[in-house]
Amino acid sequence: MAQRTRQGLFALAVAMLAIGAWLGLSWAPPDREMGDVQRIMYVHVPSMWMALLAMTLNFACSIGYLLKKSWAFDSLAEASAEVGMLFGAVGLALGSIWARPTWGVWWTWDPRLTTAAILLVAYAGYLALRRFVEDPERRAVWAAVTGIVAFVDVPLIWYSVQWWRSIHQIQSSPKTVDPQMVLTLRWNTFAFLALGIFFIWSRYRVAQSERRHELAAPPTLPSAPQGLTASGVRL
Amino acid sequence: MDETPAASAPAIELRALSKRFGRHWALAGVDYTLARGDSLLLTGPNGSGKTTLLRLIATAISPSFGAIRVAGLDAVRDREELRRRTGLLSHSSFLYEDLTGEQNLVLAARLLGIPDAQNSARSLLERVGLDWRSGRPVRQFSAGMRKRAAIAKLLLKPPALVLALLDEPFGELDPSGIALMERLIAELLANGVAIVLATHMVDQGRALCRQRLHLQEGRVASP
Amino acid sequence: MNARHPPGLLEGAFLILRKDLLIEWHTRARLNALLFFALATLLIFSFALGPDTKLLEQNAGGYLWLAILFASLMALGESFRVERENASLDGLRLLPVNPRAVFLGKALGNAAILFGLSLVLIPVMVGLFGVSLALGLGSLGLILVLGCLAISAPGTLYSAIASNGQARDVLLPLLLFPLIIPALLAAVKATSLVFQGDPMSQLNSWLLLLGGFNLTYWGLGVALFPQVIEE
Repeated sequence: MAQRTRQGLFALAVAMLAIGAWLGLSWAPPDREMGDVQRIMYVHVPSMWMALLAMTLNFACSIGYLLKKSWAFDSLAEASAEVGMLFGAVGLALGSIWARPTWGVWWTWDPRLTTAAILLVAYAGYLALRRFVEDPERRAVWAAVTGIVAFVDVPLIWYSVQWWRSIHQIQSSPKTVDPQMVLTLRWNTFAFLALGIFFIWSRYRVAQSERRHELAAPPTLPSAPQGLTASGVRL
Repeated sequence: MDETPAASAPAIELRALSKRFGRHWALAGVDYTLARGDSLLLTGPNGSGKTTLLRLIATAISPSFGAIRVAGLDAVRDREELRRRTGLLSHSSFLYEDLTGEQNLVLAARLLGIPDAQNSARSLLERVGLDWRSGRPVRQFSAGMRKRAAIAKLLLKPPALVLALLDEPFGELDPSGIALMERLIAELLANGVAIVLATHMVDQGRALCRQRLHLQEGRVASP
Repeated sequence: MNARHPPGLLEGAFLILRKDLLIEWHTRARLNALLFFALATLLIFSFALGPDTKLLEQNAGGYLWLAILFASLMALGESFRVERENASLDGLRLLPVNPRAVFLGKALGNAAILFGLSLVLIPVMVGLFGVSLALGLGSLGLILVLGCLAISAPGTLYSAIASNGQARDVLLPLLLFPLIIPALLAAVKATSLVFQGDPMSQLNSWLLLLGGFNLTYWGLGVALFPQVIEE
């Protein structure tokens, strides 16, 4: 049943993305100031929002794991970090492609770009940590700590980079006031949301099956532990 | 939560105790009960899980499966209280290489809240046959001296001590050290402290301990 | 039988701090090596970025904090190598010692070492880069204290994690550097203001950011460290 839902979700996401592509590339009008270049915003913005949503999910799951020690939280944290990294990297690349014709450079120390880049490196560190720790319980605890510490830093990074840049430069951002543009952006946001949920869900299942494999009960015990809990059976 | 253990609670209760490192089960399904104040000889070939078992009971590591109770206290829930009442003598000395024996002991004594830490440390070091006056850092100690210093550190714990876990305590000790260790074990037992002694020196162990547990590949086996 | 009074959080932290500083003192050669490493870093920056004295003076704040940051990797790594040698950290855990006291003691010790290092680097900067202390020693001292504390808190937390596994030398900077950027920015900016003057009174904003960072990360460190070192 769950598999059917997942497949349906994937089909929905693909369909929505296809429609969203049409909306973004031809139905929505070109931007008054930037022209057709602005259309990339319809994928750049949802991508970054998904990345941020995934990071927030990772934060919640990290706290959840430290409080409840349930493997579902750990697997979901792993899934959301990876998917978040993916969307973040894509979003950053798209933003860079937009910046080239608009500002003339591939990169600029715009506070949002800079913060995104810092976050990407921070979560790359999170994933590297997960890769380097073999013991599942240690890995889960340390990853959760790292996820919490990184996420709490986000407002600090954002504010400090803003303050650092505002002394030098004023940023411009694309405005979407035209109702057709707003609709296109909203549509694509939901399309990306569907895709993101599908990815996270699938990755979560992979992570859970890895946990099951790693945590199988010792062969001689007559009954395996029920569910996947991190603590042992109590006397 | 009542923190004073019942006087009748066994020293150790193990139920389905298992510990996994990566894919390897170091211990699988160990059941055992040791009465209060009793003495247990733990034997088994290398890699049979003796050290893992001692570390689990000492709460240095936590079980993958199963449960441990020491003097009625749960090893996961009541960990801090349990640590006050358990002493572990392990392969690692837990000493700081760059401090002297006295400095190591004084630090431990102060962290335990022992009044007059310096004199307690000095008298314990003398008792185990170490010259604290020399002021040599642990880095310059021989293996036997390190063992003696570790023993002195363990002896800071009584009288709260209920259980002493000794992992190959005779290793690296010269004959006078071995005699010292045997005297201390007898003394601890006389004071009602339960002992678990893991050693390859089976004859020595059998003379000191009443019970015996033999491990083979992480499981209880007959010797 | 003497009654025992186990130390409270702060007293325990102080005992751990004292122990760490005592160890560093007994192995002074390591501290010297750290100092010369930081000095070498400063020198390298001067050469890599050219002899333009105006440029050096302008960016002096950046060089100083980069040197401190690189040195911190060594100091933080060392802090837990000492604990790993004979499983001493396990020994502390099993005494038992309150893990929060261990965190406070070690993090304060690391901060103290970094602060001492920075004090030695300042006269070198005055000499090498020709900077002057437009805003005085007090402001500079405050920035150094806040900056070293800011590096030490998350650094100690991450070092406890990183020092356990493989790739410990890579993992610590990878985890720490992105995190520390707000504190680094604030410290560099504030230091530059001290060197060059503060016509627009921006110093307090940067100090506030440093203060906020410290509060957040010392709080997180105290809250999360116990879970990090348990097995």
